[in-house]
Amino acid sequence: MRLVGGRILDPATRRDDIGDLWIDGDVLAEPGGADTDETILDVSGFVVAPGFIDLHCHLREPGFEDKETIATGTSAAAAGGFTTVCALADTRPSIDTGSDVESVLTQARRAALVRVLPLGTTTKRREGHELSEMADMAAAGAIAFSDSAKAVRSASLMRHALEYSLLVERPIVSHAQDPDLVDGGVMHEGPVATVLGLRGIPREAEEIAVARDLALARLTGGRLHLAHLTTSGAVDLVRQAKASAIRVSAEVTPHHLALTDSAVAGDGNARAYDTNARTDPPLRTAADARALLEGLRDGTIDCVATDHSPQRWVDKACEFEQAEPGMTALETAFGLLMRLVHAGALSLGDLIAALTLRPAHAFGLPYGALRPGASADVVVFDPDQAWVVDPERFLSKGKNSPLGGQTLRGTVLLTIAAGKVVYRNGV
Amino acid sequence: MTLQLINRGPNGVHIQPRRGRRHVLDLDDFSVEEVETVLETATRMKDVLQRPIKKVPTLRGKTLVTLFYEASTRTRVGFEVAAKALGADTVSVAAASSSVTKGESLIDTIRTLQALGADFVVMRHHQAGAPYVVAEEVASSVINAGDGWHAHPTQALLDLFTIRERLGRIGGLRVAIIGDILHSRVARSNLWGLTLMGADVVLCGPPTMLPAPSFCAAGLPWQLQRTYLLDEALDGADVVMVLRMQLERQTGGLFPSLREYVRTYALTEERLSKAKPGALVMHPGPMNEGVEIDPKVARGVQSAIEAQVTNGVAVRMALLYLLSGLPA
Repeated sequence: MRLVGGRILDPATRRDDIGDLWIDGDVLAEPGGADTDETILDVSGFVVAPGFIDLHCHLREPGFEDKETIATGTSAAAAGGFTTVCALADTRPSIDTGSDVESVLTQARRAALVRVLPLGTTTKRREGHELSEMADMAAAGAIAFSDSAKAVRSASLMRHALEYSLLVERPIVSHAQDPDLVDGGVMHEGPVATVLGLRGIPREAEEIAVARDLALARLTGGRLHLAHLTTSGAVDLVRQAKASAIRVSAEVTPHHLALTDSAVAGDGNARAYDTNARTDPPLRTAADARALLEGLRDGTIDCVATDHSPQRWVDKACEFEQAEPGMTALETAFGLLMRLVHAGALSLGDLIAALTLRPAHAFGLPYGALRPGASADVVVFDPDQAWVVDPERFLSKGKNSPLGGQTLRGTVLLTIAAGKVVYRNGV
Repeated sequence: MTLQLINRGPNGVHIQPRRGRRHVLDLDDFSVEEVETVLETATRMKDVLQRPIKKVPTLRGKTLVTLFYEASTRTRVGFEVAAKALGADTVSVAAASSSVTKGESLIDTIRTLQALGADFVVMRHHQAGAPYVVAEEVASSVINAGDGWHAHPTQALLDLFTIRERLGRIGGLRVAIIGDILHSRVARSNLWGLTLMGADVVLCGPPTMLPAPSFCAAGLPWQLQRTYLLDEALDGADVVMVLRMQLERQTGGLFPSLREYVRTYALTEERLSKAKPGALVMHPGPMNEGVEIDPKVARGVQSAIEAQVTNGVAVRMALLYLLSGLPA
């Protein structure tokens, strides 16, 4: 198969030129080489990039198939331009053993449209009492360990987790948030929360936990990955930590870069108390979003990850405090991030790096580059084509997006995962 | 007869019920004119209440449902008395908050009430924003009778009515709100109402129960004074609103003891003397007499606390009338 005439943009090989991309079976090929599949797709006028990599999404299977399945979640991923997704372990049962990891991979082989890389838990059943079997899980294919929204409460156990993970050289992913300071909070603590009469979560809930985890990473030499940072103070802490050679990587979500807590008050088209704008960690302020963007630009934050969190309608059609947190994000991530590019705040090349090369590097994955011989994971998009978000048309089971009715500029046209066309929209 | 009475405003001004408003969720979307209309209509309603037969047939055939997920006496009864005085039928639903596990049941409940013919749903809920969940789901008018820490618009309207009745105006007055501001829906709705009508507001309470300084300054449509010191708040005050101190704030770590709270913030005759002579004393109820307010002050000549309750009926009658959108 050949994609001809597109602008090939690949940060890994520092390539940005018009050219043809050759695919032979499931790998990328040298131009002019053998070509078993004679298909030729004209993609002139569009951008050809490595398929996106998401280090953080919730596919909900096993256990919560009413919210999402590996089949629907990876369909959504393909529609969003993602060819590799890392699935968090907060399923039911949680992913605690090698056989749990294998069962996810088996189901992925059966049902997934794109590559699924499972995480395991840090502690058994995410209870924060005993370490999970990291060696067993790593052998089965777990790429990292995380208790997701249940931060490991005990500093001592977190220390041991970081130490023990040295055995398998896989990161511990921390949802860094001090549960005592969260104290039932449901949104960013600030004037918007005060006006709405909702209990706030101060920035310091994240910053205290980030500081703790960074100190433990220094103590142990373990590999720490900080999930979805939200505050300017957390960015500063990571910047200092990287300067002192602590082994840490960090991610930021599209929504924390592009939305603020005023979305909860219904600043878009939504009504006040928009439960779709309830996320964990919460949407913060414009100043935080600017600091996160600066962190992404200067490399303090390694990459973008979606924290795709599909929920059922009933989980959101309720009182704000009762709503499950999270938004469905795989299908809107690219368009939302393109707002930053169109606003001149981020170059297209930097954005693509944050979705390909940099997440691959953070988790040591051999993907995210358009090199001959590499897995043929490719996305083709039109950076300017606008579309209106209609959650009812999402391939994800989760329709919980605060972006419904909003226009996004930047449309995924074609996604190829391991040489197979998994999403096609107009090319 | 009543309609004519209601629609003849002061100086013969013809009062039109505002068209288009269906719900009363908070005062943040009220204009000065709309508040004026409510207060003026409430004055007429108060006349009705002072007649020997306190009943007119204006809303005959309409049904008002009070849906309360939280205990209340004066607000619920206030609405029921108001509805009955206008000839409407009332149904009272006491929903145990434990039965509310998902919003599906909240939306389902409100749709059921509508299907049963509720023209007005008066709702109290322990979670902020709950009335907003249901307001767009139904054709009935939804009136917020208190949602979590967020809003209690009819309380604020009756407070505005009481202030104007007693002091003749609202604009330019200095109003001190004392107590647990952070967790008070009464304080929030009064902030919208008082600042809209031109009063100067000073918030006073323990540092753990005041909104952050950023709330009082930039980006919001008000300029508020904020102080921890009761005497400073009372200095020059025309109106002193005292809020109920919830005892669970002590176990929540927000203040050390009732004893210390009483010493620091209780409104006594001595402390009240720091306010302007004749300053109005208000309390949304229910009071902890001897905690946030001394019984002598609560029953003293400056107290408008009982008048607030009576006025609450008139103000709620006015709102029901205006929401029903009856022809002039």
